[in-house]
Amino acid sequence: MSYLRLNGLTKRYGDTLATDAVSLEISKGELIVLLGPSGCGKTTTLRMIAGFIEATSGDIVLEGQAITGLPAHRREMGMVFQNYALFPHLSVARNVAFGLEMRRMKQAERDERVAEMLQLVKLDRLADRLPRQLSGGQQQRVAIARALAIHPKVLLLDEPLSNLDAELRQDVAREIRLLQQDRKLTTIMVTHDQQEAMAMADRLVVMRDGQVQQVGAQEDLYERPATPFVARFIGNSNLLVGSHTDAGFRTETGTHIDLAGRYQGAGRATLALRPERITLGETGQVRGTIVLSSYMGATVEHVVALDDQTRLIARGASSGPAATPRFAGGQSVFLSWPAASECLFDGGDAPIPALSHSINERISSHA
Amino acid sequence: MSLTETDWTDWAGRVALLGLLGLGIAAIFLPMVLTLYLSMFDEQMIVFPPHGYTLAWYGRIAGTFGAAIWTSLQIAVVAVALSLALGIPAGIGLSRHRFRGREALSTFLLSPLTVPGIAVGLAIYILAIWLEEKSGVTLAGSLRLLILAHLLITMPWVIRLCLASLTNHERTTEEAAASLGASPMMVIWRVTLPAMRPGIIAAGLFAFIISFENLEINLFLVAPGITTLSVSVLQYLGYHIDPLVAAVAVAQMVIVGAALLLLDRFVRLGQVLK
Repeated sequence: MSYLRLNGLTKRYGDTLATDAVSLEISKGELIVLLGPSGCGKTTTLRMIAGFIEATSGDIVLEGQAITGLPAHRREMGMVFQNYALFPHLSVARNVAFGLEMRRMKQAERDERVAEMLQLVKLDRLADRLPRQLSGGQQQRVAIARALAIHPKVLLLDEPLSNLDAELRQDVAREIRLLQQDRKLTTIMVTHDQQEAMAMADRLVVMRDGQVQQVGAQEDLYERPATPFVARFIGNSNLLVGSHTDAGFRTETGTHIDLAGRYQGAGRATLALRPERITLGETGQVRGTIVLSSYMGATVEHVVALDDQTRLIARGASSGPAATPRFAGGQSVFLSWPAASECLFDGGDAPIPALSHSINERISSHA
Repeated sequence: MSLTETDWTDWAGRVALLGLLGLGIAAIFLPMVLTLYLSMFDEQMIVFPPHGYTLAWYGRIAGTFGAAIWTSLQIAVVAVALSLALGIPAGIGLSRHRFRGREALSTFLLSPLTVPGIAVGLAIYILAIWLEEKSGVTLAGSLRLLILAHLLITMPWVIRLCLASLTNHERTTEEAAASLGASPMMVIWRVTLPAMRPGIIAAGLFAFIISFENLEINLFLVAPGITTLSVSVLQYLGYHIDPLVAAVAVAQMVIVGAALLLLDRFVRLGQVLK
């Protein structure tokens, strides 16, 4: 049985649905990332779990007990806020001790726990400072120590990295992940940054307009996106809108593309192609003209026009055995990609299963 | 070295600025210094120049105005306590919740500031008489009524200052406290009130000064035996013009000044009034 379960969690503000029947099963010790653009309902979901917002309908079940009606102060959730929300009038040590004071923990035990927590986040030397005397990164560590001091049942992280300098972000992301794994903390994190999400999560929940689009591990979302939105949000797929038949795919502007796989049926469809899975060469599935060629360091990026209105991005390694040759603007090229990297969605944005590429895949993986 | 034109205008500007500054300071401090000076004249009337100087007038303050000062202090302290007790929750409520009629309510709570004191005093006096006739409870001329009337003019300041002290307050710190196990009352006690501390102290101070120095409302509500300092000074002036009035004015300045200094020990006033 899952440790934390969200059951059709819905929040309605007037006529708008901030979250629409969000359901989720979270195991103990798992780090789940709620991911999506602003306004997708990820923060609302987190705040409902924390108890700051009351759900319009639905349940939150923790260790088999419904906690939906429980006020925030009885939920034992440790929350780290985007702006850290440290108590400005209390020292670092007193901030960390706050939750323990609320639990009426004995002084000696409390001091010990505070010292342990500050050591954990390497701030033991700054125990007597006030929050405003700390850097942003240090403040965030205080916020984490404060949330962990109460040994929370679930750790909630609201955009924990967004207020940090770019250089610091990756280090802090790694530190949080190591700490979380080390202490087996059940953690829910909210972010709009897919890189951050990919780097930290056990599983990701992609949300849009209050609805869960897809739940899965990094590879699931990347290789088998459930909707065109997920395909674009995770890894910036090229999305082509048009229709498909047995013969292939036709964009709205009339360009014909040979598909690598074969698909059931025919009709309106969206084709998603990953930039890094497109190979440019002398033969291929569709022909295009190079518009722009950029050397990005590790990769080379080409913008290719298929027709007046359709453009794709193709990305490849800049060196090594599979290095992409560089093409000049105006040059004519052919684009190709493996069947497994091609995702086709129907008019209702549901993935269309391939008829034969699973077999091809098996053959190629045996070869 | 010759003065260029810009040097000249710079210099003139600086002199003009210093002149204005001096004028401002003089306008503020001259009356005070003059009062202090007059209070030490050894004369029965204020005559210039005096025959000599004495501190005897200060010794006579207690005899003549002691009771009035005590009454004023009582009223001020109770009015401050009550207006804080009512104004702090009102300020928290108004800053936290966005509800229909919030603007109207907040304007209404501040409205006593816009009515002249004389009008407020008269209105309260008439209301008190009317209530007395209906209920038989004596109100006019009681300490109770004076305190309630002062509440009317101190509360708006308390609410306004409490609201101001919460404008930069991070509501997420309250949520953080709740998630750490603090009940709603505990959140207010441990997080909201500390954040409001400078505002609350300033509010108490303003309320005290406003109550202590009020004259217009008091004029209607005092009674024999219950007279405030401001009213008794006015009454005294009707019959005498002697240095005792100057002495009691200095005493009043000392009381208010002492309050300011005392508060400055607990909170930097400069920060509060910023």
